[in-house]
Amino acid sequence: MSAITPDEVAKVAHLARIAMSDDKLSEYTQSLSSTLELVQQMQQVDTKGVTPMAHPLDTIQPQRSDHVTEGDFSKAINQMAPKIEANLFLVPQVIE
Amino acid sequence: MEWETVIGLEVHAQLATKTKIFSGAAIAYGAAPNTQACAIDLGLPGVLPVLNKACVSMAIKFGLSTQCAIAPRSVFARKNYFYPDLPKGYQISQFELPIVHGGKLDVQQEDGSIKTIGITRAHLEEDAGKSLHEDFHGMSGIDFNRTGTPLLEIVSEPDMRCAKEAVAYLKALHALVTYLEICDGNMQEGSFRCDANVSVRPKGQKEFGTRTETKNVNSFRFVERAINYEVERQIQVLESGGTINQETLLFDAAKGETRPMRSKEEANDYRYFPDPDLLPVIIEQQQIDSIQQTMPELPWEKQHRFQQQYGLSQYDANVLISNKALSEYFETTLEQTDSDAKLVANWIMGDLAAFLNKNNLSIEESPVSAENLAGLIKRISDNTISGKIAKTVFEAMWQGEGDADTVIEKHGLKQITDDSAIVAIIDQVIAESPQQLEQYRAGKDKLFGYFVGQVMKKTQGKANPKQVNELLRKKL
Repeated sequence: MSAITPDEVAKVAHLARIAMSDDKLSEYTQSLSSTLELVQQMQQVDTKGVTPMAHPLDTIQPQRSDHVTEGDFSKAINQMAPKIEANLFLVPQVIE
Repeated sequence: MEWETVIGLEVHAQLATKTKIFSGAAIAYGAAPNTQACAIDLGLPGVLPVLNKACVSMAIKFGLSTQCAIAPRSVFARKNYFYPDLPKGYQISQFELPIVHGGKLDVQQEDGSIKTIGITRAHLEEDAGKSLHEDFHGMSGIDFNRTGTPLLEIVSEPDMRCAKEAVAYLKALHALVTYLEICDGNMQEGSFRCDANVSVRPKGQKEFGTRTETKNVNSFRFVERAINYEVERQIQVLESGGTINQETLLFDAAKGETRPMRSKEEANDYRYFPDPDLLPVIIEQQQIDSIQQTMPELPWEKQHRFQQQYGLSQYDANVLISNKALSEYFETTLEQTDSDAKLVANWIMGDLAAFLNKNNLSIEESPVSAENLAGLIKRISDNTISGKIAKTVFEAMWQGEGDADTVIEKHGLKQITDDSAIVAIIDQVIAESPQQLEQYRAGKDKLFGYFVGQVMKKTQGKANPKQVNELLRKKL
């Protein structure tokens, strides 16, 4: 049995907002499965008492002081947007 | 069947920093759209978030005040979902290892009893942007200023059993974060908002019923209404043989009802994983100790002090400490009068509160300052004016006519305490009312009130009522 089913791949694709044709779906199911099989092998290792690693670097999070260092970039970022009005990015309507 | 309600609250408290949690962009409220969004907030390629130290300190402060454990090592995770106001496609939050967990808050209920509510955890996370739906020809406008604003999400245990308990907890939490000065508590601006998890179960049943989550309720009153509505709805569904769906709801304040949030109908599947851009946060005991040294007086400590130091009742003290600014207003007023604390408390909780309520103002916006209220109370204490006239003076002060002495002078409201002056008026009243006098002397005791009324009328309420009573009794 493969490590991931086509349904699961379709669901992940949907959550990631990736459109996927049926051909691609079976292709990705196969390649993802082979990767996940490797993970399955690794899961056999006894990790009792091992702290889960949150990051490969063995160092800690630096912290910055609470001072304003950034300014108004709206002119520059507005240029990236397809549609701007009243300095707002316009997107297809989302209504609750 | 008898039902039991089970409520847990998730509160998002916006941390009172100057800048965002992972960038140096300002978070001033009300700035022009998209003028406070930088490359990090927007998740542009190649940027790296760096944690704001103030956020860590504030989370520690909260943890210490609620007897939570402070995690020596906590981890940021990505919560993945798509929404137009979330530019990166994920929100940086904490999942498995929150910064604080496992505490409690003692909450005073309406009847004065204390109920302890468990704090499951509190974690740091970033806020999303804001979607505006009006006036964009069928499109939505997105403002990213709020993106990356630091939040402390405080999750309670499902320990509350009715809407009133939930509101009491929420108010206690609100007071706490404002006393700690980690959140400005402004609910209208969304600095303190609440999601309510509500379920019902047959009384006596151990297992919880299926819960719903009502999102983003932003006033104490709405929280109570939303919970009560949701409890009624769930009981109705269950009693008519239906089942409750675990779903996310919105509270429509105008209609007073909850309804499903359409966009979140899909099962939430956030696929959390540790954020590779951020390293584990390490907190040393030394940092915790130094923050412990700077802890301010907390609401329950202040309440205890108000009861001990000023002899206030538990109820009065609880009302006054419920809001930090209010408690400060009280103490400032009291310091400037020689009166007893009860008189000051009554004025603040009575007339002042009523005027503030009626005009929808907070204590900080009161047109009558603590100094001016103290000036008024002084004139009551030294018998310059009666308690009744004081209400007139207060109203004039509220209207901006100046301090108490100015108003008393301007309107000639000084109390008449001179016996001979009062006697002169009494004589006049008696002379004008021969009929009533005859009836009174014939035994119609009720007419005493008539004479008091006439004297007060002639003096425009300025005669000292106690003296009027005494002198009238002698005369009649």
